[in-house]
Amino acid sequence: TYWFLPHSTAYPDLRQHNNCMASHLTPAIYAKLCDKSTPNGYTLDQAIQTGVDNPGHPFIKTVGMVAGDEETYEVFADLLDPIIRERHNGYDCRTMTHPTDLDSSKLHSGRFDERYVLSSRVRTGRSIRGLSLPPACTRAERREVERVTVDALAGLSGDLAGKYYSLTQMTDAEQQQLIDDHFLFDKPVSPLLTCAGMARDWPDARGIWHNNEKTFLVWINEEDHTRVISMEKGGNMKRVFDRFCRGLKEVERMIQEKGWEFMWNEKLGYILTCPSNLGTGLRAGVHVNLPRLSKDPRFSKILDNLRLQKRGTGGVDTAAVGSTFDISNLDRLGQSEVQLVQTVVDGVNYLIECEKKLEKGQDIKVPAPPKGN
Amino acid sequence: MVLTKDIYNKLRGKSTPSGFTVDDIIQTGVDNPGHPFIMTVGCVAGDEESYEVFKDLLDPIISDRHSGYKPTDKHRTDLNFENLKGGDDLDPAYVLSSRVRTGRSIKGFTLPPHNSRGERRTIEKLSIEALATLSGEFKGKYYPLNGMTDKEQDQLINDHFLFDKPVSPLLTCAGMARDWPDARGIWHNDAKTFLVWVNEEDHLRVISMQQGGNMKEVFRRFCTGLLKIEETFKKHNHGFMWNEHLGYVLTCPSNLGTGLRGGVHVKLPKLSTHAKFEEILTRLRLQKRGTGGVDTASVGGVFDISNADRLGSSEVDQVQMVVDGVKLMVAMEKKLEKSESIDDMIPAQK
Repeated sequence: TYWFLPHSTAYPDLRQHNNCMASHLTPAIYAKLCDKSTPNGYTLDQAIQTGVDNPGHPFIKTVGMVAGDEETYEVFADLLDPIIRERHNGYDCRTMTHPTDLDSSKLHSGRFDERYVLSSRVRTGRSIRGLSLPPACTRAERREVERVTVDALAGLSGDLAGKYYSLTQMTDAEQQQLIDDHFLFDKPVSPLLTCAGMARDWPDARGIWHNNEKTFLVWINEEDHTRVISMEKGGNMKRVFDRFCRGLKEVERMIQEKGWEFMWNEKLGYILTCPSNLGTGLRAGVHVNLPRLSKDPRFSKILDNLRLQKRGTGGVDTAAVGSTFDISNLDRLGQSEVQLVQTVVDGVNYLIECEKKLEKGQDIKVPAPPKGN
Repeated sequence: MVLTKDIYNKLRGKSTPSGFTVDDIIQTGVDNPGHPFIMTVGCVAGDEESYEVFKDLLDPIISDRHSGYKPTDKHRTDLNFENLKGGDDLDPAYVLSSRVRTGRSIKGFTLPPHNSRGERRTIEKLSIEALATLSGEFKGKYYPLNGMTDKEQDQLINDHFLFDKPVSPLLTCAGMARDWPDARGIWHNDAKTFLVWVNEEDHLRVISMQQGGNMKEVFRRFCTGLLKIEETFKKHNHGFMWNEHLGYVLTCPSNLGTGLRGGVHVKLPKLSTHAKFEEILTRLRLQKRGTGGVDTASVGGVFDISNADRLGSSEVDQVQMVVDGVKLMVAMEKKLEKSESIDDMIPAQK
């Protein structure tokens, strides 16, 4: 009986919703796409489930849909293209190409005043081509992602040499150490992730790898196949970015030796679970203390024009505590890794200059927005 | 769980006509290793065919859960309330409320773990139409979750009728909260003694309830109302999922058969702390829960006591066990209040 129900009976009720999916999923687009599926069998309803189940977020306009595999971005392009355009500042993936540049030697002025910048971090994600993404992967695929990645990481050496801690097998002592280091990721509780099916089979095939120096870290099978993080206390973003690029290229080389590759194409850059992370998938940021500037009414505008975003120090859906903020790049797609980290470097230096001016009772200027905005 | 590697390998390539797979069946059990108060099933059905396509997994689970019920056994349905003996004299000083619930699935649609928005809305539409034909003591009104006024919502909360979006991971991991609150709602009669939940854990949950201990009346209303509803659905060519082996087919294998949970909220502060309490319950084929529902603890010595069986005995049989068992336990409680022994009252295994 149910196969013959008309599409109009199935269009979701999005009247209470405020996310990118709800903004762009018209009844016509729904009718066109609702019977399609990717070669792996991933459907539109599955892709939008998280957005249907989570009408809106107070701090940030969420995307409201995820990809179950690489092909999602093609099969459901009628919905994803406008979402990508909205989310990535007008980027039109049908006509534009995305630049990838992991040559960290091009970064300049990447050392911050450590009286203000407490820590520096760059993260991205990488997906293993040929295996479905966290919302849709089977247990077998997820275990294969783990195997391929752990295998590659075992080949790292020098300052990148490290060890893998599987969530199912770590000892209590290891677990405590990882918690103390602020490395351990938990089973997702955010309904943004659970409604998308990313917590299935937890903690099977999930784990954390980090180098002995605890400055290069890889999460396996959390929200993406892999999340790669370079970090350290203090303001040496240059060193953080150097290590980031070096580590990433090494890991890529290792998996290629075994016949694997990362999901990437020249329109969308690196393919990740959430459309907001396409392109570079890169979030470069600092924890920075800005007690005066953060209270200035122009703070938000300054951040906007610098193409920066503020978050609480607990992560994407948290509020700031005191006057320490997590400041990072807004953009992910349409500019390269080098360009985005440079944007953060220049922007954070500007914020620190503003803070210093305010300390001396001087006035600050709102910088001009970038050309083309 | 009875899922061996062999069974898993045998079943992993299969799927029901609507596309439900063995991984879908077991997801909730994989994601929820265990519950402190009750041994959960760990599996759900996505459609009627799940019980056939995945019988290699579900038959042993059904057998385990339903006291050795065999694949060749037949289940008896008896909704003739006149066959219940007694049940109108449970002491209201102890028995605070009485309730009988069951579930029904509408043939031709997939079940809550798997159904699409379109199906769910059609189920709602058919249910509203069927319920609108009821009259007399069954005349009532439907309140869709997505459209009730604040006033209606407050009233439903005060009546303890309103069901919430499931938060229990037992349900959310099985996909039953998708698209909430779309096509979910509550219908109840004007007297507030007969209630139907639409699209919660099953297509329909039908509940008859009232304060006090007159289980006989509760069961009469339950049977009468259910049969009327079924008549209307049949008229529109949408019967309930039922077969002579599994009885009424519902989402959770634990609810097969009658799908019936007949129970009371009863004060047993002394008996519940007696060393033999659990054994008494087991022998009476009864189950205890907290008054908040399936995965809660008891508060203040008040327990939800209900039948443990669902499959292999009829509705009348099961409610009879509740009536007889609760009557006995209240008598035991009274004895214990007087510091008398209850050793000679311990029942034999039913």
